[in-house]
Amino acid sequence: MHALSFTLITLAGALLAGLIGALTGLGGGVVLVPLLTLGLGVDIRYAIGSSLVCVIATSSGAAAAFVREGFTNIRVGMFLEIATTVGALLGTVLAAYVSSSTLAVIFGIVLMFSAAQSLRQRVEHIAATEPGSLGARLRLASTYPHEGKIVSYGVTRVPVGFAMMFAAGILSALLGIGSGVVKVLAMDRAMHLPYKVSTTTSNFMIGVTAAASAGVYLHRGYVNPVLVMPVVLGVLAGATLGARLLARVHVKPLRMLFTAIMIALAIEMLYQGLTKRI
Amino acid sequence: MSESPAGHTHEDFALEQRLGMLLRGGVLLSASVTLIGGIMYVASHGNVPVSYHTFTGEPASLRTVGGVIAGVLQGDSISIIQFGVLLLIATPIARVLFSVIGFARERDWMYVACSLLVLALLSYGLVHGG
Repeated sequence: MHALSFTLITLAGALLAGLIGALTGLGGGVVLVPLLTLGLGVDIRYAIGSSLVCVIATSSGAAAAFVREGFTNIRVGMFLEIATTVGALLGTVLAAYVSSSTLAVIFGIVLMFSAAQSLRQRVEHIAATEPGSLGARLRLASTYPHEGKIVSYGVTRVPVGFAMMFAAGILSALLGIGSGVVKVLAMDRAMHLPYKVSTTTSNFMIGVTAAASAGVYLHRGYVNPVLVMPVVLGVLAGATLGARLLARVHVKPLRMLFTAIMIALAIEMLYQGLTKRI
Repeated sequence: MSESPAGHTHEDFALEQRLGMLLRGGVLLSASVTLIGGIMYVASHGNVPVSYHTFTGEPASLRTVGGVIAGVLQGDSISIIQFGVLLLIATPIARVLFSVIGFARERDWMYVACSLLVLALLSYGLVHGG
């Protein structure tokens, strides 16, 4: 294929991935890697390198808005980024020993799990910080705007959350995704942060986690500029469009459709990985 | 301490506003550079066949910060795209650097230490390649 036609096709695909990522709240990475590998026949290492770059772009763009609105807990984010960056650097080391087929299988499992999580009913937990606990010593408790009022919240089980963030960092580097699903689980389920604080703080952390592994992969030659260019521009345009649509249209039917697409991609990744076609 | 509309301390609120602007600025700048490099590339190499089916790895000049900058100075379109990518990777790193300064202004040394540790890990990844 020639550079011009490849660029235009990739741009269109990336736009769709960015749109799906914004509307499902899962970010572009989980859709982008299958799209590049299954749809365009791109080697999974190049796909992972390009995807990480996009993950930085979409998360930083969205984080800019959330941080200003006061949802993001910067202290929780900063503390847990220690775990995600160490995990991400370890993930880049592991990536050198894991075959493409195995990566495809792990990807399929994570994609299936992400699709299931996007359909889950959200239950709001608001906890108080236990005096003398790690959360209290780190002064992680804060407030956030909720239904026109300022609500205070505490943080529990910080070590469990920290361990889950370490795993999220490894997965992010290994698969080229933001690992937002695992990050939100760590904060929402384990640490009992309010859901909106969990999602925005997760998004805030994703850029730093991805920057750790993207730097390493750039050195290893996984970042191909000619491939990255349409991918990152397309995903950014798609994510921006998705954010506009979220505010205007009823997205539930669209979300169901995209979840179905993700399940289909997960099955295809598992099949291709298990039969060693990737 | 004074309270902001979001209920945080005034200092935290000011830090959040600056971090928000920095993140948006970084993404916009990087996307613009990538777009310029991309247009230059397609205009000059639009008919070149491309394939990413087999992993070959990028040449050394596109794998280091110095190599990319040298290419940009020669007006090489592929290096300009890669420079846009480097700006994007630098955006969250700059955000962590700003957090160090912000927490230092609040005299919150525990979080200055946290931010510095993350900054060191990120710099290690980018400079030494893991």
